[in-house]
Amino acid sequence: MAYRSFVLICSGTGCESNKSGVIFDRMAKQITEKGLQSEIQLVKTGCFGLCERGPIVKVLPDETFYVDVKPEDADKIVEEHLLKGRPVKNLVYQYEESQKNIKIENIPFYQKQFRIVLRNCGVIDPENINEYIARDGYKALEKALFEMTPDDIIEELKISGLRGRGGAGFPTWRKWVFTKDVQSDVKYVVCNADEGDPGAYMDRSTIEGDPHSIIEAMTICGYTVGAHQGYVYIRAEYPLAIRRLEMAIRQAREMGLLGKDILGSGFDFDIEIRLGAGAFVCGEETALLASIEGNRGMPRPRPPFPAISGLWGKPTVINNVETWASIPVILLKGGKWFAQIGTETSKGTKVFALTGKVNNSGLIEVPMGTTLREVIFDIGGGIKNGKKFKAVQSGGPSGGVIPAEYLDTPIDYENLQKLGSIMGSGGLIVMDEDDCMIDIAKFYLEFTVDESCGKCSPCRIGGKQMYGILDRITKGKGELADIDKLKQIGRAMQKASLCGLGQTAPNPVLSTLRYFEHEYRQHILEKKCAAGSCKELVFYTINPQKCIGCGLCAMKCPVNCISGEKRKPHTIDQSKCIKCGNCYTVCKFGAVIKG
Amino acid sequence: MEMIQIKVNDIAIEVPKGTTILEAARKAQVNIPKLCNHPDLPPTAACGLCIVKIKNNPKMIRACATKAEPGMEIITHDPELYQVRRTVLELILSNHPNDCLQCPRNQNCELQTLAADFGIREVPFTQMIVEHPVDDSSPALTINPAKCVKCGRCVEVCQVMQNVWALEFIGRGYNMRIAPAADVKLIDSPCVKCGQCTAHCPVGALYEKDETPAVWEVLQDPSKHKVVQIAPAVRVAVGEAFGLEPGTVLTKKIYSVLKRLGFDAVFDTNFGADLTIMEEGSEFVERFVHKKGVLPLITSCCPGWVDYLEKYYPEMIPHFSSAKSPHEMVGVLTKTYYAQKTGISAKDIYGVSIMPCTAKKYEITRSDEMRASGVQDIDVVLTTREFTRMIKASGIDFLNLPDMDADSLLGDYTGAGVIFGATGGVMEAALRTAYYLVTGKDLGKVDFEETRGLEGIKRATIDFNGVKINIAVAHGLANVQYVMEEVKEALAAGKEPPYHFIEVMACRGGCVGGGGQPYGATDEIRAKRAKGIYEDDKQSEFRCSHHNPMVQKLYQEFLGKPLSEKSHELLHTHYHERPLYNR
Amino acid sequence: MAKITLEELRRLREQTKADIEKREVEGKETLVIVGMGTCGIAAGARETLKAFVETIEKLGLKDVVVKQTGCMGYCYVEPTVEVVMPDMPRTIYGKVNADVARKIVEDHIVHKKLVSEHVMDKPAADIMK
Repeated sequence: MAYRSFVLICSGTGCESNKSGVIFDRMAKQITEKGLQSEIQLVKTGCFGLCERGPIVKVLPDETFYVDVKPEDADKIVEEHLLKGRPVKNLVYQYEESQKNIKIENIPFYQKQFRIVLRNCGVIDPENINEYIARDGYKALEKALFEMTPDDIIEELKISGLRGRGGAGFPTWRKWVFTKDVQSDVKYVVCNADEGDPGAYMDRSTIEGDPHSIIEAMTICGYTVGAHQGYVYIRAEYPLAIRRLEMAIRQAREMGLLGKDILGSGFDFDIEIRLGAGAFVCGEETALLASIEGNRGMPRPRPPFPAISGLWGKPTVINNVETWASIPVILLKGGKWFAQIGTETSKGTKVFALTGKVNNSGLIEVPMGTTLREVIFDIGGGIKNGKKFKAVQSGGPSGGVIPAEYLDTPIDYENLQKLGSIMGSGGLIVMDEDDCMIDIAKFYLEFTVDESCGKCSPCRIGGKQMYGILDRITKGKGELADIDKLKQIGRAMQKASLCGLGQTAPNPVLSTLRYFEHEYRQHILEKKCAAGSCKELVFYTINPQKCIGCGLCAMKCPVNCISGEKRKPHTIDQSKCIKCGNCYTVCKFGAVIKG
Repeated sequence: MEMIQIKVNDIAIEVPKGTTILEAARKAQVNIPKLCNHPDLPPTAACGLCIVKIKNNPKMIRACATKAEPGMEIITHDPELYQVRRTVLELILSNHPNDCLQCPRNQNCELQTLAADFGIREVPFTQMIVEHPVDDSSPALTINPAKCVKCGRCVEVCQVMQNVWALEFIGRGYNMRIAPAADVKLIDSPCVKCGQCTAHCPVGALYEKDETPAVWEVLQDPSKHKVVQIAPAVRVAVGEAFGLEPGTVLTKKIYSVLKRLGFDAVFDTNFGADLTIMEEGSEFVERFVHKKGVLPLITSCCPGWVDYLEKYYPEMIPHFSSAKSPHEMVGVLTKTYYAQKTGISAKDIYGVSIMPCTAKKYEITRSDEMRASGVQDIDVVLTTREFTRMIKASGIDFLNLPDMDADSLLGDYTGAGVIFGATGGVMEAALRTAYYLVTGKDLGKVDFEETRGLEGIKRATIDFNGVKINIAVAHGLANVQYVMEEVKEALAAGKEPPYHFIEVMACRGGCVGGGGQPYGATDEIRAKRAKGIYEDDKQSEFRCSHHNPMVQKLYQEFLGKPLSEKSHELLHTHYHERPLYNR
Repeated sequence: MAKITLEELRRLREQTKADIEKREVEGKETLVIVGMGTCGIAAGARETLKAFVETIEKLGLKDVVVKQTGCMGYCYVEPTVEVVMPDMPRTIYGKVNADVARKIVEDHIVHKKLVSEHVMDKPAADIMK
């Protein structure tokens, strides 16, 4: 097929939920109607990353980057751009004046990114194994099976400095070598695709956009450590990723890249999928293995570590999706190449889900060592609506907040830990002046309390007690002694919980206490929420100087607590006010004060 | 055994490889605080109290689940560990009702002991009590979710040690609790009422039904003739509630206190045990010698085991001995044989059994055949724990009582009867009499060491002058599956079954480790109690059931002979399949 | 279940790589820009475009991108095509039908020889060969 144009349409969950599938179908129909099907190739790809502006349609080789595309636009794109060669201006991503004529890869959002894990996302059709193969897919497997010994592979991983991307940052080569060296008749390879952090979707996008990278990497691991069976444990809330993965496994099996005697090497390996059932704790490795075994998803004490005694008591390598996706590249380009990227202690790149109050929210991949400022302001495009940056939360429910004074910190495992946070799986939530730190701590704690498995007392009871205290504080019923209580319980949870969930659940609280204790005190002593977020502590009052008595607020008040004569300043009855904020929103004169 | 060198609080000690830090620390004179850990069970690592530190490492690890490594330097208590442990304990207490004074575990509670040891005076956190109704559907056991500390012992016991699977964790996080699958009531679950859960629970979340009020009431009813019997295992354990060593044999004191409590007649279940041997031994001879009936023959005196077989192995029912359990035999005879002799009407006799067992609370109404006398043969079962409470409530100075005897008619026993209380005892007693029944002669040496001890499954071949009998003794219901599978496999293949005679006890150690015995049973204590039993056997005048003069008298005057029609009417029962779950 | 051998996989990769690389713009130094404004299309620019794509495919040239653009302004000599190549002057061709397209590929792109008779925008005389 000698195509002259290629239209890449994002089919990640984000864009699909915004009807990118409909866009694809309509364009396909239009292209057929206009007789262009032998000239134009429509390709469904994985995530482009600029999720804030999805659905995304990219036209090559014209390098037109369409954003915010709607199904209605499909016809226009085909008619105007594909047929007549005139890009649809109002859909094209708007560069700043100074940046006209630069390539897509060089727009601020992409310029500082380096896509290794996401190398194929937005480039290939994840449902077509040939496209994966075309981009050097399964070449690393060839190299491993025919040109390298297990020790060679371990050595390459060691040189690369790859550390587990699930959050713990444990050197991957060491995990593999433990399992490789232990004697056992049966060994297993497991991919942790449970991705439970709220708002994180790095793993989901990787599997949706490039499922074969996981399959290839797990097969390589099986060869390295002596395992012949792999399991991908993926949360059931990811139906599209599951479908793509199932398809990929099927295609790989059909081609003989999974199964017996792969490529004639004599090595057998196969992969099965196991679905999660809605438990964040099953992202913890021992609970995950218990779940695969059919048991209740509760963590087990370690040691013994899964590398020695894991699934059904057998040696098991369990790694995160991102770690797996990095493996083929490391083998092909060499550990040394990988080690050149990043910092002294943290090599390679990291995928982040950059969300919150930034302009360009989406999925990004940056070399370790990129500063927080670069991520938030250069890539993220700064704070939305011109508000002031307050803090960035990293590491999901296990992480902490980092205030403005540390924005120039290069991102790596150790630096973030020193600041009281963690790298985690890669969630980054940007917060501005309107976000209340106690509220964010409460939000995360509510999540971990709900998701606690209940096995050990420190987490099960401690989490609930901490939540109870935060709840009281946000409702104006806090006491000064509560701050020390939070610290006391937090420390007990960190030290005495059985697994990472309980050990890190206090982090958001302790971290916000570390940098924003003044906000806690304000909530407790002054019963005030400066950010205006804690409902019970927010008061709406009318400034008599600005109020012209139009009565609009009184009309919109759902509880009729605003009174006043026409053209005279109105007042709000605080005892009846339910803090809905309607009056604040509708007043055209800025006469309602929130605080 | 490879030994490794470690340090605990800078004290150098040597321990076998594979020892946990918790066990190792004892050698350095430290009992690390713990709540969820139990020597019977693999560590669940749930409570978080046993945390310790390794020198120069800020992390805290659980001593119960971490194995000591060579060269490890462990710190078991420093101010930081104390603070964190105390906070964890305070958290647990904040989640636990504050009603020790009204709790079945008052003064016998592991959490209470911890709170006392840590000097807790005030819990700085909000009291959060789980609101969930008590499950008292079972006639034997009660679950009170509000007091549960989620140690997980009961789940481990029921699933791993007993293989019954009546209990599991349901719900998540703060809402997690212990209940049968699908949250059915305990009575509708596979529960066999063995009571091992109550015996392992550290607090008052799982406990036996307290039926002492009914007994107190009857004791003051002059119209009732109150009769009581005690099981073999009770006499070697009751002393523990009064500070004596496990295994101290207090038979005659027990008879004494029962009389002083107001019982009109005091019998002994061991008599029933001797009788069981006569009936079951004869059954065995029928099957083994005369080939009437299937082999292997399996004992049926343990009601937990009966319930388990009816639920899990109903196809093996033909292999069950039809003999009732010893106390039921004494019960029915009390209201027939004894009633006849004394001229008291059966309906005026109130029979109490004091047992180490919770399942017997259910057994007494398990079928109509438990009313073979025309009324309910045994009216109430009290566990050893309830019995000790009655003694203490009465104020009687138990230890200083003069010794007394039981009422002979149904109270005299041989050594073979008392050994029923230990695992292997039924088998050993049966062998002593079987020899006589088969050969007509008496054994010279009546001790069968191969039946004794705490190994989960004991297998042996007994040689009776060239006649070989293959036996198996299993205790702890989880060990049953192996023996049953061996038998089923052989039978299915049309081969000779590997055993002729099998004894099963639901509780580890046999009845001495029963679900109703004093709290805190470990293998060490089970062994001590069993030792007491075997000593009582050694000192007995008669050591074989068929030598029991009162048993001989019973047959002469009342039953005729073993397996007679009368025996079958009164002393034997039938079994039927039961569902695992009642829906 | 056709199990693929090592050789077959490598061959498959070669083939598919070529297909996928057609989408790429990165590293491709030669640019063929076809004017696809209304006048261009009316004059048959789509056939021209097709011819370029097919010829480049046939000759296996990996370094060439074919793009389309709007009206270049030379409406009287449509279809118009601009060729940008290192080592060659930037050239705008006019009246490029399918045959001329093929010639431009063979002469200009492969042999680095201008197709003089169709050059619209001539480079300076001293550069012309």
